[in-house]
Amino acid sequence: MAEIGNWVIPLLVFVAVFAAVVHKVPVFDAFVSGAKDGAQSTLQLLPTLVGLIMAVYMLRASGAFDILAHLIRPVTDLLQIPPDLVPLIFLRPVSGSGASAYVAVLLEQHGPDSLVGRMASVLASSTETTFYAAAVYLGSAGYKKSGWVLPAALLGDLAAAAAAIVVVNWLF
Amino acid sequence: MLNKIWCGMMLVGITVAFATGRTQELTAAMNEGAQAAVTLSLSMLGMMCAWTGIMRMAEQAGFVDKLAKLFSPVIRKLFPDFAGETTVQNKMAMNFSANLLGLGNAATPLGIAAMKEMARLHPGDTPCRGTMLFVVINTASLQLIPTYAATLRGNYGSANPYDILPAVWIVSLISLIVCVAAAKLMEKKNG
Repeated sequence: MAEIGNWVIPLLVFVAVFAAVVHKVPVFDAFVSGAKDGAQSTLQLLPTLVGLIMAVYMLRASGAFDILAHLIRPVTDLLQIPPDLVPLIFLRPVSGSGASAYVAVLLEQHGPDSLVGRMASVLASSTETTFYAAAVYLGSAGYKKSGWVLPAALLGDLAAAAAAIVVVNWLF
Repeated sequence: MLNKIWCGMMLVGITVAFATGRTQELTAAMNEGAQAAVTLSLSMLGMMCAWTGIMRMAEQAGFVDKLAKLFSPVIRKLFPDFAGETTVQNKMAMNFSANLLGLGNAATPLGIAAMKEMARLHPGDTPCRGTMLFVVINTASLQLIPTYAATLRGNYGSANPYDILPAVWIVSLISLIVCVAAAKLMEKKNG
């Protein structure tokens, strides 16, 4: 199952190049113009990441994460959630860059191929920044009320957190 | 929102460091964290460029329109409120396909265009049930290739950064099904 990535990625790139050639798209120009956007958005994120990764490092060094992990231990033990994953579950729907920074710190600390590292990567990739998306879309059309958007969306986020733990445990 | 979160992180971190006597470690961590962010951004730069480049190629080759065609039967089923409204249906389909390809910059304007069209058809303070469902789907992740997480994993030395793909697909799908089902149930409950 884990091998899927090894052929999906080359296949996707092949199909993209092939289809672009068929549609007479200037292939390399298209690639470069997209890559420029990627460079811009990655570099634009740099100051945000400096602030956020610095804050996460400071929290970790201060011992605040150890205290938090200790406090929530009864709950995390009961639900079999790695304590380090808990801040991510709460951060993910609220801040995309905050979640990215926290995932980066977890990967550095536990390794990308550890269970926690995999759970964090999967969870961060399987959900969106719920509050941001809801605000942008509802706000753009001038809606003042959100009805059941948030309860339904947050239920989906909770399901993603539970599923990320179960599925990673099952597959790896 | 980030203002409050960051403020809380900093104040809690510094206060706890004083309480636990780890101010020296805290100061060192400040330095290391700032540096780690720069190293991370720069080492991710190459692969992030490569992915946005590949996806731009796919976009220009008409992937978004083709995928949108695949979505239209699903959209007709999910959004009975907008039966016969082809403009709304097309924009929704384009928004979903751009999200699937990870083209965030293209997906948001398409989604906003769909929202404006829906607001024109159903004006008022509260979105109609179809509009709510559309927003709920946009708060779930449809992205086929988790390029950011895979690049991050590669950056930290993963043996196979893309081996999380099947797990991401399964978890995304579960999350999507749960939030769509929740929205549909609440539709029923609220008449």
